[in-house]
Amino acid sequence: MTLLLVERLAKSFGAVAATRDLSLDVAEGSIHAVIGPNGAGKTTLVAQLAGELRPDAGHVLFDGRDVTRLPVHRRVRLGLARSFQISNTLLSFSLLENVALAVQARHGHSFRFWADASRDGRINAEALAVLQTVGLADRRDRLASEVSHGERRLLEIAIALATGPKMLLLDEPMAGVGPEEGQRMVEMLRTLRGRVTILLIEHDMDAVFRLADRITVLVYGRAIATGTPDEIRADAAVREAYLGEEDDELVA
Amino acid sequence: MSADTLSAPPRAVRFRGALLPLALFALLAVVPFVAGALGQPFYVSLFTRIMIFAVAALALDLVLGYGGMVSLGHAAYMGVGAYAIGILSFHGVDSGWLQWPLGIGAAALAALVIGALSLRTRGVYFIMITLAFAQMLYYTANALSTYGGDDGMTLWGRSSFSGLVKLSDARTFYWIVFAVLALSYLGLRRVVASKFGRVLRGCKENERRMAAIGYNTALYKLAAFVLSGALAGLSGVLLANHTEFVSPAYMSWVRSGDLIVMVVIGGLGTLHGPIAGAVLVLVLEEVLSKLTQHWWLIFGPLIVLTVWRAKGGVVRLFGGRA
Ligand SMILES: Nc1ncnc2c1ncn2[C@@H]1O[C@H](COP(=O)(O)OP(=O)(O)OP(=O)(O)O)[C@@H](O)[C@H]1O
Ligand SMILES: [Mg+2]
Repeated sequence: MTLLLVERLAKSFGAVAATRDLSLDVAEGSIHAVIGPNGAGKTTLVAQLAGELRPDAGHVLFDGRDVTRLPVHRRVRLGLARSFQISNTLLSFSLLENVALAVQARHGHSFRFWADASRDGRINAEALAVLQTVGLADRRDRLASEVSHGERRLLEIAIALATGPKMLLLDEPMAGVGPEEGQRMVEMLRTLRGRVTILLIEHDMDAVFRLADRITVLVYGRAIATGTPDEIRADAAVREAYLGEEDDELVA
Repeated sequence: MSADTLSAPPRAVRFRGALLPLALFALLAVVPFVAGALGQPFYVSLFTRIMIFAVAALALDLVLGYGGMVSLGHAAYMGVGAYAIGILSFHGVDSGWLQWPLGIGAAALAALVIGALSLRTRGVYFIMITLAFAQMLYYTANALSTYGGDDGMTLWGRSSFSGLVKLSDARTFYWIVFAVLALSYLGLRRVVASKFGRVLRGCKENERRMAAIGYNTALYKLAAFVLSGALAGLSGVLLANHTEFVSPAYMSWVRSGDLIVMVVIGGLGTLHGPIAGAVLVLVLEEVLSKLTQHWWLIFGPLIVLTVWRAKGGVVRLFGGRA
């Protein structure tokens, strides 16, 4: 069953067409990767799916509902959450609080003015469980500004997970992390398979071909191919347009 | 450690954090006695005024220090609260049971309208638009010729509370203002630590992130703005009662600037900071303006020095996080 359906999406910044006539469908429970060279329009696509950017044309349907005009926070409530390419956490809050805020948002409105939020046992316990999922439980009281880059990448995902999403939009979760932490990330994403649908933007081809059920190749804002990892490997247009110099790596 | 005590600071830290607020309130509590002993009733009046401004500074700190919204028009909400008292008094309504809720409500309403429009903008535009709205209210007050126009008007008297308390007694009034300040302080401590407060602090630090986890950030910021406006309105209600006079000057943008100075000098994003700031600014003003009419020549450099040497306000000089 299709969870996310993108129909003929288009977005330009002045003369730059960042998204061109882009259609895409992501099956529920799958990991769908979007790859493409720098500036291909991957982040722009995520921003439109998440609701930060309004497309010039086209539609986004999520869970059978047209969300094209919904603001960011409403889409999150429907179960569409994202992580950021550049870590975007609350630096002066502890890791636990970063995640707890996402849990709190899921628990309904926050017009509660009296009880101490940091002592809400239910929220803290849920937040801690999510930190455990990404392996950050022992760092829960550290401020987000104090932890390593790799840990902040994991926190990004923990925060998105804590919103209770049906679908995650992950914008280069492995950007800038070392091979060991990258490995940790791949393992973690593997554990999410089936539980959460994932749209994965990633430059690390190794990770993409190991994780993805389907791959869409984006070049200059256009989807030039979509298929299984094997189909993409074999696709002549993809090789020519994008994978050329990485041929060896792909075949290997 | 169980999950529900995770983020609570150790007892010793909390105690140290409470020392300065306690000292501040202790200072304010002895003022009437010292003034009585010295035969200087003027101090009671001065510190009544200081506490009234401290309430407004607290209100501003909620949006400025915790919500990251630089409102350069907060004196306007004080002014609306004060004018509500003035206008009702003019028409013979002197019951505090009516006056006070109406004053607070009018200020909250003004903050709701102004906030809803201003919060569509960001950064320096937000500052400009809050200033512009405050100036509109200022000139509106100037134009109210029935109510004294730019001269302002003298009230018939202070609010009456069915003979329960006599506000006309300077000491009684002092303790009422003291109680309002203490309750505002304690109430806001709860608010900033509550779920609402946590969302507000999150919005200050990173609004985009807060939206991305599902918060309608504009709504929470607006709620804080209205709450703040209401509290500033209450301080205006007190000010009108204190001076038994209202005038457009209450809403001038210089007043709004003074409130920002109090919050920033005292300690942005701490709640005892704005109280300390109000004491500091108004006492210095009192002392320095006696020395010279160019007291700002001394006060200005003092501000620069404080902001420079004590980033985050004077209260942080005494250690403790907040
Ligand atoms: N806000 C913006 N204003 C103007 N141009 C933009 C804006 N955002 C993106 N672009 C342009 O749109 C194109 C696509 O950018 P985008 O960030 O989506 O690429 P990307 O595929 O995510 O690249 P990378 O792999 O480097 O993250 C680029 O040419 C970029 O310069
Ligand atoms: Mg990108």
